[in-house]
Formats: sequence, C-alpha cells, structure tokens
Amino acid sequence: MGIMRPSMFASRLAWLALALACGFAAPALAARTFVDDAGRKVELPDRVERVFAAGPPASVLVFALAPGKLLGWTRAFHEDEAQWIARKYADLPELGRLTGRGNTASVETVLEAKPDLIVDVGSTSRTFASLADRVEAQTGIPYVLLDGHLDTTPAQIEKMAAVLGVAERGRELAGYSERIIDNLRAKIATVPRDERPTVYYARGPQGLVTGLGGSINVEMIELLGAVNVAGATRGGLANVGLEQVVLWDPQVIVTNDPNFYREVWTLPAWNSVAAVRTKRVYLSPHLPFGWFDYPPGANRLIGLEWLAGILYPRLFHFDLRREVAEFYRRFYHREPTAAQVARLLAEPGVAPP
Amino acid sequence: MILARQRFGLWLVAACAALALLVLWSLGAGPFPVGLADVLRSLWSSLTHAPSRLPANVDAVVLQVRAPRIGAALAVGAALSGAGAAYQSLFKNPLVSPDILGVTAGCALGAGVAVLLSLPIGAIQALAFAGGLLAVGLVVLIGSWVGGRDPLLTLVLTGIVVGSLFGAGIALVKYVADPYNELPAITFWLLGSFSGVLPADLASALVPLVAGLVPLALLRWRIDALSLSEDEARSLGLPVGVLRLAVIVCATLSTAGSVALAGTIGWVGLVIPHAARLLAGAAFARVLPLSVVLGAAFMLVVDTICRTAFSIEVPPGVATAFVGTPVFIALLALSFRGSA
Repeated sequence: MGIMRPSMFASRLAWLALALACGFAAPALAARTFVDDAGRKVELPDRVERVFAAGPPASVLVFALAPGKLLGWTRAFHEDEAQWIARKYADLPELGRLTGRGNTASVETVLEAKPDLIVDVGSTSRTFASLADRVEAQTGIPYVLLDGHLDTTPAQIEKMAAVLGVAERGRELAGYSERIIDNLRAKIATVPRDERPTVYYARGPQGLVTGLGGSINVEMIELLGAVNVAGATRGGLANVGLEQVVLWDPQVIVTNDPNFYREVWTLPAWNSVAAVRTKRVYLSPHLPFGWFDYPPGANRLIGLEWLAGILYPRLFHFDLRREVAEFYRRFYHREPTAAQVARLLAEPGVAPP
Repeated sequence: MILARQRFGLWLVAACAALALLVLWSLGAGPFPVGLADVLRSLWSSLTHAPSRLPANVDAVVLQVRAPRIGAALAVGAALSGAGAAYQSLFKNPLVSPDILGVTAGCALGAGVAVLLSLPIGAIQALAFAGGLLAVGLVVLIGSWVGGRDPLLTLVLTGIVVGSLFGAGIALVKYVADPYNELPAITFWLLGSFSGVLPADLASALVPLVAGLVPLALLRWRIDALSLSEDEARSLGLPVGVLRLAVIVCATLSTAGSVALAGTIGWVGLVIPHAARLLAGAAFARVLPLSVVLGAAFMLVVDTICRTAFSIEVPPGVATAFVGTPVFIALLALSFRGSA
C-alpha cells in the first residue's frame, strides 16, 4: 500500500465519521437477523450489494456465488492467475486482509469501500468471533463469520448464498459440491483400512514442514480417507526430521512447493522414501487458486478430485479436463479453453507419470 | 576457575574424548531403528568405497541424514561459541553475543527476502549468508566513518541500530508475506533447525566456518592482549585496529555461516564462552579452544534431543534454553557459591 495523500486521508476520516454515525443508527433499519457459525446474531441489511471479503477463502466463495457483489481481493492477481477469470473481476482493487495472521486492510480501507456487509470464512474460534465483534462495533457494518472446514463446504455455500441473497445460485453450487464430496466418500468407503495409501504432505522449500493430524492443512487427505503419516500427533504445522520421513516411508507425497518438487528427485536421502522411489510425488496446481491446502476455501473441491485420482488410481478415473472445465465454469464463471486446461494438467507433478 | 591452569592441555584432551563419545552416542540415536554397529559399518564402507551390504535406506539414513546433521550441529556449536568468545574478549563485555553487530538480523532478512521470492533452498542459504555480511559490513563502515573516542562503543551502538533496522526489515517481509504459505516458511526458518541439513549444505557451510575459526585460533594470544586497555595494547606493538577488524571478520564469517545453515540459534554463543571462562579462567587462549569443544558438544546434545524426543522436531532455539539454563546455573553455583 502506498502512502496516503492528505486529501484522501481527510476523505477517509469523513467516511469514518459518517459510518460511525450510521453505525449507531443502522440496527433500527436492519431487515433480517442471521446467526453465523460463531453463534453471533448479525443484523443483515435488506439488500446486500457490496461485500467486503475479509480473507482469501471468503473472497473465493463470494466470487463464486455473486461476483458482481465482491468489492475487491485481498491481494492483486498475478498475471498467470488473472488469465483464468474475466478481466473485470481480476481487475477489482486490492483491499487487503482483515483477519487471520496480520491485517493488511485498515478499518478505513474497509469503510472507504462502502460495503453493506463484511464476510469471513475460516476459524470460528472466540478469537475470530471477538475480532468480528470489534470490527462490527467500530464500523457499524454487519460482519458474518462462517466455519471454513472442507467437509462443511456445501453448507458454507448455502449459508453464504442466503446472506448474499442469491439462494438459487447457492443451491446450485452447494448441490454440485455435495455431489463431488458424496461420490468420493461413497467409493472410498469401500476401500479397507489397510489398503488406504499413506501420505506425507511436504511444505516449505526443504519439504520438512508438514500438517499434523486435524490441521486445516491436511483436511483433504483426511476427507479422502487416506493416512496422514504425521497424523498421530495432533496440531497445526510442524517441522519434522528427514530421518522421521524415511521411517514413515509414505507411499505418496503431496507438495505445493515447486522448488521442493524439483529437488526431491535429486537428493539421495529422499530417494529411500517409497513415494520417491515409485515416482509418486505430486505438485498441486495453483491457478487461479490453489488446489491443495491454501487458500483453505471452496477452491479445494477440484483438488479433491485430483488428489482422489492420485491416491486411489484404481478407484477413480476422472477425466480431469472435463472436471476442471466444469468446476471453473461453475465457480469462476468462465470455462477455460482446452489449451489452458491442457497446459495446467501438463505441468510437472500434476499428472501421474 | 575450576580446571587447574597447569593441566589445561590434559583437560582439553579429556573434553575432546568426551566429545567423541557423545558423537558415537548421537550416531546410534534416532527414530530410525539402526544401531551404532550398523552406523559405523555404513560410515566405514562409505570411507573405503566398499559396499556396506546394508539396506539402501539404512545407508541413506546414516550417510545422508544423521552424519551430516551431526556434523552440522558440531560445526555450528563450535562456530557460534568461538565467535561469542572472540567478541566477548574484543568488546571486553560478558554480555556480548555473536549477533551484537547485527549479523543474525542481516541473515534473517536475507533469508526472509529469499523465501518471499520463492527461491530454492540453496539460494535462501546464500542470501542469508550475504545478508549477514552486509549488515556487519554496514556497521563497520559506519563505525569507522563516525569514529569517536571509543571506537568499540561506536561499533556496538551502530551494531544495535543497524540490527534493529534489519529487524524492521524482517517485520516488513513477514507483513507482506502470504499468510498461508510464505509466512509459515519464514517463521520456521527463523526458528532454526538442523533437520534439513544435507551433505552438500554442510560442505558449503564449512568453508566460512573454518575460514572464521582457524584465524581466531592462530591469533588467540594477540586477541588475549586486546583485553588490555588500548594504550597498553599499542605499547606492546599490537596493530589494534587491524586485529579488531580481523576478529570481526572471522566472527562474522562463522556466525553468518552457522545461521545460513541452521537458522537463528541464540544462547549458545552467549553462554558457552561464559561456561568456558568459569572452567578455565579469562585468558582467551584457553577460553577459545574450550568454548569450541564445549559448544560443539552442547549443540550436539541439544540437537540429538531435538530429533529424538518426539516424532516432530523440537526447535533447537527452544531446546538450547531448556537444556542450557539448568546446566549453566549449576556451573555458576559450583564456581561462586561459598567463594563469596
């Protein structure tokens, strides 16, 4: 963010004052009450036309449901990402993050965008609930906090759609998401426990940071019924030793670090791991939003089908070109060209060798 | 002083022997079930280029993971303690640690920028090393430009200011980093770890570590004389300015090399030289070799705990404090209680 010009600062101050004044008056005008996933009662305005998404998962969801209502992104798109969505949406301003680790959006930025509503999708812990309360009190703008777990994605979509006033669209996307998840779960349920693959999630340039059991980072592995080798310890992200990885001897390694993916084949120590020996190391696609781990939003649904095909090659035979085209058309409002999809799927580490 | 002066050489040999035993213990310890005998067979066959007839993953664990990691812990412990001892003599101040001139902050900023640019691990290490040299280079340049009656005080003050400037740079890098990916990567790097050390990493880090420690060892008698007042040192014919610069360059090479290899590990460079001084008296010529051996042993013990205590790694910065504090308090008590 650049340095604010004085006139801009003054105008932001004016907005702040105005919004504070309105904020105290607003509840009387509120048309409906919504109880969000943190149990907070939020008074929603009659019509929601301008929405500020507080973090990346929320932006993905608002964009999927009602792109015309999204005020901006948490960060500007890179050129390779922007090619996947319509220019007018890719060019929306960069407004910053409001929650999570490190705010980059100031309350004034939020007010200047004149939202009817602020939405966030992710943790509904008391920390985030109180943060939402504070922002709501400070700005007078209703703030809805939705649970962001992967398995609740269909419910998230429907709730967000209800909040945004696009219930019809919500039913369509929620139904589609539910079909994806149900289909995967039903087929995987037939696989006996001891035939499920062991998976190691390699993060960071050395591939030695991983997601422990129950962490948001490995939700996809757990939803797909595979065994996260680091899952015995519960927690978030942790550093592990290479010797421990050799001992775990995972059958599949998933990473989203291209540097690690390049180097893993050249390092003798990694070469003694089953996944490397059998060439089952995969690098997740990331355009326009990541397929694995982050951002932890509905964008991971297409990644689920990709990963399911990798983990259970005999069970799933998705035509990924078709699946990607459909998912991107439904969620990102533009069907990618066949060449685009082919290029995405031909990137190193995406498809089984 | 606990160790008798006349028998210092003997004590040092004993310490080295103890260190060798620790290395054997560490070689045999680890989550992967491979005993000391197989470890030694694997090492021997790699030295003689003969086939070890061990399973491939045993050879990989020993030669690619455990041995380089133990080597790195020894080297980093030795380098940080040696650099700390040299700085404490140079600045005549027991509170000085190797990062007093901002080298750690410089390394951290270099690494943070590299992570932000999504560079591979080799480039992260190189930028970290360069960042450390840059920070100290700036401090020395500014210090010599400012001058002043007490050049050491000027250096320390400049070091603190430049260090905090680089610290602000790290904060900025973390602020603009992606919170899902880059920020955790930077945080984990700053926490430090030996878990990813590969033979090639160790080989390239050994160059600056050795280049820093060897001159310090060769200059140990002259550095001893630096602890005299400046006039006294000059009257002995010592080129004080040149000597100071040499110490700074050596300590910076060692510390920057260590941080580039294993991230920021505090405590060792500050406390191990004190332990050496408590044991062997203040003379740098004795403090340096003892610090190096003690530092190597201490870091090795700490890192062995880091990699064996749980299935996930304990950050060495955490383990150093937990292991080191009681040991150091015991040492303090042994030296001072009753003598007052």
